[in-house]
Amino acid sequence: MDQAIIIEKGIVIVAVFAITMLMAMYATLAERKIAAWLQDRIGPNRAGFGGILQPLADGLKLFSKEEFMPDTPNKFLFLVGPAISMSMALMTSAVIPWGDKLIVGGREVILQATDINAALLYVFAVLSVGVYGIMIGGWASNNKYSLMSAMRAASQMISYEVAMGLSVIALIMMSGTLSLKEIALQQQGMNWNVFYQPLGFIIFLVCSFAETNRTPFDLAECEAELIGGYHTEYSSMRMGFYLFAEYASMFISSAILAVLYFGAYNYPGMEWMAQNVGVNVANGIGIGVLFLKIFFFIFFYMWVRWTIPRFRYDQLMHLGWKILIPLAIVNIIITGVVILLFQ
Amino acid sequence: MGEIIFYFLAAITLGTAFLTVLSRNPIHSAIYLVICFFSIAGHYLLLNAQFLAIVHIIVYSGAIMILMLFTIMLMNLHANLEKYKPTMINLGATVGFCLLGLILISGLMHTKPVVESYYYGGEDFQSINVLGQVLMNDYVVPFEFVSVLLLVAMIGAVLISKKDTVKKDTIKKA
Amino acid sequence: MSLDTVSLSGRKKEVVNNKMNFWESLYLIAIAKGLWITLGHLFTRKVTIKYPEQVRPVSPIYRGQHLLKRDEQGRENCTACGLCALSCPAEAITMKAAERKPGEEHLYREEKYAEIYEINMLRCIFCGLCEEACPKDAIYLTLSKKFVKAASDREDFIYGKDRLVMPLEMAIANTKTN
Repeated sequence: MDQAIIIEKGIVIVAVFAITMLMAMYATLAERKIAAWLQDRIGPNRAGFGGILQPLADGLKLFSKEEFMPDTPNKFLFLVGPAISMSMALMTSAVIPWGDKLIVGGREVILQATDINAALLYVFAVLSVGVYGIMIGGWASNNKYSLMSAMRAASQMISYEVAMGLSVIALIMMSGTLSLKEIALQQQGMNWNVFYQPLGFIIFLVCSFAETNRTPFDLAECEAELIGGYHTEYSSMRMGFYLFAEYASMFISSAILAVLYFGAYNYPGMEWMAQNVGVNVANGIGIGVLFLKIFFFIFFYMWVRWTIPRFRYDQLMHLGWKILIPLAIVNIIITGVVILLFQ
Repeated sequence: MGEIIFYFLAAITLGTAFLTVLSRNPIHSAIYLVICFFSIAGHYLLLNAQFLAIVHIIVYSGAIMILMLFTIMLMNLHANLEKYKPTMINLGATVGFCLLGLILISGLMHTKPVVESYYYGGEDFQSINVLGQVLMNDYVVPFEFVSVLLLVAMIGAVLISKKDTVKKDTIKKA
Repeated sequence: MSLDTVSLSGRKKEVVNNKMNFWESLYLIAIAKGLWITLGHLFTRKVTIKYPEQVRPVSPIYRGQHLLKRDEQGRENCTACGLCALSCPAEAITMKAAERKPGEEHLYREEKYAEIYEINMLRCIFCGLCEEACPKDAIYLTLSKKFVKAASDREDFIYGKDRLVMPLEMAIANTKTN
């Protein structure tokens, strides 16, 4: 029994890991394609059919590039930076419920690597630690631009984490749990949290843009001011790791958005399907539905990136501290009042 | 199994704590401190306190140490720029630390461990539901005092940052 | 009506510098509008063509790669007078003249011909002055309908007679039409 659980969880973890990597890989292609389409171009279409092998070609190119080491006294930290970024981007996927359960050979396989009761806090912990990769890498590069970029990334992350946490508190007040699995279960049918928490959702969405360092909040990589940002001095697959980590964290935060506010794997008629067609089919469709929602958010990230220009640094701080945090607090108060009135 | 992990974590905690104090480069010592905080979070997990462990990581590693690193990086401290410290200060620090250590050791020697051996009864001590009940029922007053303390600290920070502009204005007017 | 108030393109927009009201300062409406515009572009026809397979139609007077013409009997027109080289503002053309030997009348129209004729495409600005200067109707930029392609070696940009003289198929077609 014990061994069976270990094997089951092992398979789930490996599958989640592989899917995350695959998604991150193809997110790079999707980014280039969507950028091209939004600009009336075609995009990469030479590698494979319609450019389907482009991520492999990019990866191969990055692997075969020269690894350049800048003249820095902190070689170890320089190497550790991208590794931290990458592992922190991947760690969050451990608590995301990818589906309800599948029944394989009479066993219920829960499609989640682990269901800890403080899952939401775990996500925040990993997010807040993720910035170390950028900070350490930027500092160890021994380059002023990298350092500036690392500073920007750190201050931006810390500022927006506050608003993000506050916007989620209203959600926790409603759901009464921190476990992502239970939050997902509570949104059965069309009881999606976004309908109850529209303001909280918008704040969370904006903050997740800031937390993943995506445009319009990608000041850390502002080419016009900071060359390449924190990865100016990086080359070869080390830089690839930084870029890859960005796409991996984009995938993960899309998943979190879908789970928290867009009903996770729930779709209308799921129970009917489970009763009439079979649990496996219903939950299999559920996984597909969750991925559709995730794809939508990934598309949204890219869509916004190629629409909105980058914020100025003072605008960023103004938005974070003077607009989003008060709005989040107002949201908490409204939620509290409504909960008290309708109990 | 648990004991092995405990000794492993304890070794990391103590080792990185010493390295924090001993390393010449302030950034290195800050990073050692971060690792130290992580291993302390590991200790909390061994005590089956998930909530405390995660909050510890969020607050200490995720916020405080990042701000600390932030300031250290901006200050651009270098080992060779370290100022000469008079021996009196070194001596004073050593004596002070020894006295503190003496007090701590004597305090520890006179305390009795409340629980002789730790056992897990399956009771829920640590989930946020229980913690929230305890904080909001049994410890409301201390809890509110803490929030007032934080508020005071915040107002103080705002006041300190405001003072400069007022002075500049008066200088400009004069 | 002064010119300042007339909108020639019909798309003139007065810029106002008023302070934004609350809803405008949230940017939400502006962002939604922007997203709508980019979404529209997602479905518009793409302007890119797949170049080596598809080629854009070229204007009849497009000045591309040079062509040294042959006459209707397939003989080279060029007599190596050097006027093209003289007129070239970029000094891209060099040539070496040679005398036509007996028995070569079917190859060269005049008694003197260019033994070496080279154009440095890195220097050439495709102005067409060589075409205008030529008294023998020998050099044309508009006939070849070819682009001068990129290369990775500077030597590859010096086009000799092998690449400039009208190819045989074209010359054969030329003789048939006349």
